[in-house]
Amino acid sequence: MIHSLFLINASGDIFLEKHWKSAVSRSVCDYFFEAQERASEAENVPPVIPTPHHCLLSVYRHKIFFVAVIQSEVPPLFVIEFLHRVVDTFQDYFGVCSEVMIKDNVVVVYEVLEEMLDNGFPLATESNILKELIKPPTILRTVVNTITGSTNVGDQLPTGQLSVVPWRRTGVKYTNNEAYFDVIEEIDAIIDKSGSTITAEIQGVIDACVKLTGMPDLTLSFMNPRLLDDVSFHPCVRFKRWESERILSFIPPDGNFRLLSYHVSAQNLVAIPVYVKHNISFRDSSSLGRFEITVGPKQTMGKTIEGVMVTSQMPKGVLNMSLTPSQGTHIFDPVTKLLSWDVGKINPQKLPSLKGSMNLQAGTSKPDENPTINLQFKIQQLAISGLKVNRLDMYGEKYKPFKGIKYMTKAGKFQVRT
Amino acid sequence: QPQAIASDSCCAGGGDGENEDLKQMLESSKDSAKLDAMKRIVGMIAKGKNASELFPAVVKNVASKNIEIKKLVYVYLMRYAEEQQDLALLSISTFQRALKDPNQLIRASALRVLSSIRVPIIVPIMMLAIKEASSDLSPYVRKNAAHAIQKLYSLDPEQKEMLIEVIEKLLKDRSTLVAGSVVMAFEEVCPDRIDLIHKNYRKLCNLLVDVEEWGQVVIIHMLTRYARTQFVSPWKTDDDVVEEYNENNFYESDGEQKEKDRNVKKTYTMDPDHRLLLRNTKPLLQSRNAAVVMAVAQLYWHLAPKSEAGIVSKSLVRLLRSNREVQYIVLQNIATMSIQRKGMFEPYLKSFYVRSTDPTMIKTLKLEILTNLANEANISTLLREFQTYVKSQDKQFAAATIQAIGRCATNITEVTDTCLNGLVCLLSNRDETVVAESVVVIKKLLQTQPAHHGEIIKHMAKLLDNITVPVARASILWLIGEYCERVPKIAPDVLRKTAKSFTNEDDLVKLQILNLGAKLYLTNSKQTKLLTQYVLNLGKYDQSYDIRDRTRFIRQLIVPNEKSGALSKYAKKIFLAQKPAPLLESPFKDRDHFQLGTLSHTLNSRATGYLELSDWPDVAPDPAVRNVEVAESVCCLEETRKCHLLVHYSFVDFTGLVIYYSIPLLACKLAGSHVLVPEL
Repeated sequence: MIHSLFLINASGDIFLEKHWKSAVSRSVCDYFFEAQERASEAENVPPVIPTPHHCLLSVYRHKIFFVAVIQSEVPPLFVIEFLHRVVDTFQDYFGVCSEVMIKDNVVVVYEVLEEMLDNGFPLATESNILKELIKPPTILRTVVNTITGSTNVGDQLPTGQLSVVPWRRTGVKYTNNEAYFDVIEEIDAIIDKSGSTITAEIQGVIDACVKLTGMPDLTLSFMNPRLLDDVSFHPCVRFKRWESERILSFIPPDGNFRLLSYHVSAQNLVAIPVYVKHNISFRDSSSLGRFEITVGPKQTMGKTIEGVMVTSQMPKGVLNMSLTPSQGTHIFDPVTKLLSWDVGKINPQKLPSLKGSMNLQAGTSKPDENPTINLQFKIQQLAISGLKVNRLDMYGEKYKPFKGIKYMTKAGKFQVRT
Repeated sequence: QPQAIASDSCCAGGGDGENEDLKQMLESSKDSAKLDAMKRIVGMIAKGKNASELFPAVVKNVASKNIEIKKLVYVYLMRYAEEQQDLALLSISTFQRALKDPNQLIRASALRVLSSIRVPIIVPIMMLAIKEASSDLSPYVRKNAAHAIQKLYSLDPEQKEMLIEVIEKLLKDRSTLVAGSVVMAFEEVCPDRIDLIHKNYRKLCNLLVDVEEWGQVVIIHMLTRYARTQFVSPWKTDDDVVEEYNENNFYESDGEQKEKDRNVKKTYTMDPDHRLLLRNTKPLLQSRNAAVVMAVAQLYWHLAPKSEAGIVSKSLVRLLRSNREVQYIVLQNIATMSIQRKGMFEPYLKSFYVRSTDPTMIKTLKLEILTNLANEANISTLLREFQTYVKSQDKQFAAATIQAIGRCATNITEVTDTCLNGLVCLLSNRDETVVAESVVVIKKLLQTQPAHHGEIIKHMAKLLDNITVPVARASILWLIGEYCERVPKIAPDVLRKTAKSFTNEDDLVKLQILNLGAKLYLTNSKQTKLLTQYVLNLGKYDQSYDIRDRTRFIRQLIVPNEKSGALSKYAKKIFLAQKPAPLLESPFKDRDHFQLGTLSHTLNSRATGYLELSDWPDVAPDPAVRNVEVAESVCCLEETRKCHLLVHYSFVDFTGLVIYYSIPLLACKLAGSHVLVPEL
């Protein structure tokens, strides 16, 4: 299936290659570089590039292209999904996935890749299994290994590999048993010029951090499970139980994992927590334009909006901007024409605003379109859909765990057209 | 980093010293030195530097007691054994010994390396090892055996028959760990041996939920192909057509026979095995793995009754929240689906609205889908949305939007005039690409409805002074030529102007000037005879073959002389014939002949190893081939273990349920899924 993998950095250097079958010459990447040149930006490079004898499938993350070489028919999503899993694994192992990190840990990277695929077919992709086979490097372990001569490589088959719960290792022990669940909802919206909503949806996830001893069996129930329209589960969730009772029942993996992602049904009207008042105008005759935006709270259920960040891609004709914010800091990059304004918290008594003028290139006509405003924000202790966890129960173990639930609402792809 | 610099220099050819150093370290008696050396060598391999000359020194360490050294030696061997076959043979006996090791991980990794080193001379040894491993007690080793099958097959296709025997054996395996890998081997080695699947069909369907996600994808794709050969079509609409046809012939001589046929058709009931597959794949739509969701979606598309296929839409739309690459593939598949069955995605129209932050390729795909979904009811909302897109700073996308508006205008007659007016407004846009694209689309639209658009043509003739994009200029000239009788005053003037600029025009435009001249000569020779001849003379001495050729052709056709044959009599008919209007259609129109979700579908061309999806058989082959003896359906180890979990569970939840101990056990076997709580 997957023949080879090349990692390419932003400046177009191949800094790692791995082959699972006969080695493929790295000249195959020339087709990739060609495509990269044609696409103006990294994210416009097509994920599937056909070449005479191979096909290149790539993902772009952390400023690195992960390019897989394919020789015959295979579902493209299979490869793409796998490549993303590789990135996730690196992140899990090294904390960050960057060129420097990969180069520094090249041996571990190689060993992990070797375990993840056999003859191009995924062998072990579950992070807890991999971590038993090849232990993640830590400073302490490196020191111990140099003294005792022991290795980072496990010599027994991880128990998970043969178990019905491959996501959990056996013999987990903690002194403090705790289980935390974060309900995080994101609002995707497009707001039009006049402030009315064109489309808005809520997507949510429940991320969990479970540190429990033994083989706990958990159930999580909601006050209003009907809100969840479309869900996707971590493999640990028992599907039948959800179908019949709308209860999440599972033996959790150890550590951090995403339990559930969901979509809130479209029938429910989405509350939009912020509004943006804007007045952006270019004039044909003069080389000056007016720019003025104000951000304010709308339906926030009494909570504060924080972490507000406004970004906007200005038209090419804008040379510079002289703006004064009422709070926060702003930057305009005259090369990329990107304006970003870090607002911070919104105080409903004193709405933050950014006012000033734009210098336009003299002689050119005014841009056709006003820039779109992208908004980021956070609201703590609120799930905007109204979803509420009812209770969390544990079976199978005797001790009393500490349980915690946190809610948060964030902006997803939140755009205001002006 | 000194290490990196050192290996760089060795690459340059002057680094023998460096490699000497490594050789010495490999021969040292200390494991730590060896390990250090191996780590540096693996670093070289990772960077793509040639480390093959170290082969003799490395291969000696294959029997090292230190597991990490051994692992790294394995990595090295897999990379270079093919190039150094003779030396690689030295390592074989170590692997053979390791194949008998009591530790399953060691057995498995020995098999992995042995089968990965691609040395033809050891084919018989590999074959033997695979056979033995396929009956190993550890499912993990058996999984590796399944992988080794493909490796051996690609090394020596002669072994096919023997390997099929092993595949047959492993297909019977009841471990979820093996299932995905052996089906993968089946797909690669003998995808046409459908008969091997029969007996395992129901088992695979039932195991599916518990197989790891990658295996699920492979199994689902294989089962889709299988189902298309074994079951009859559930698509009733096709049957209805057949029935109507029969109705007409009812009273003909063989009416009775027809009636029988009809009865057969009407009593379509889905084969329970077909239903089993649909039922057992449905929960996988909830998978976190996009590839699994896509695999189920294509299965429903190709196998489910049309009324049921709709359930996959929601899950596909969910995937649009994922990474850019996943979005790209999913949108492509939705584009193909939305052409044939609009209804599936109409409720999700707004999910395809474009955001200014989307990459261009995502934007154009979304636009494609929006255009496919356009109908009388939603067109006004869509056109309003398109108005925003046209103004986009991304000009490539703006141009694509104009194309989309053109397609909506031809497909939905109610809005043709609105669209046309909108496009004419765009002609005064500042951006040249936008204007050019509008001209091209207007040309196509006018061709579909040539009625009374004199005004628009006049407007476009005026544009010719300013517009420079060749395609747009050519389009305008063609329009004026084609409808020259509607603009009798302007057309000759346009020819006059373009005759002046002829030498500076693009080839595309030159050809259209020649065309315009020819058409005017035929309709209005009094005014344009001299002009046309001037243009023809310019064309005669042009640098381009094409233009000289066209000039010669046109001159012979329109200017009568003694040599010109019978054709010139029909010159007017040839040039001013009614031309069929171009069809504005989606580039995804014919993609559905490839199985959805495949690489071939994405590329829109056959990839090597693509397996054709067969048409439904008219009569289903004997379903009894899938029956298995009862003795075989004993619960396998994993399932039993899971049932214990389950029973324990129900015990805690509903006290007093212990008496149901055996019921969930059985239920679990039948449903083959995560958990079944007995109903009270």
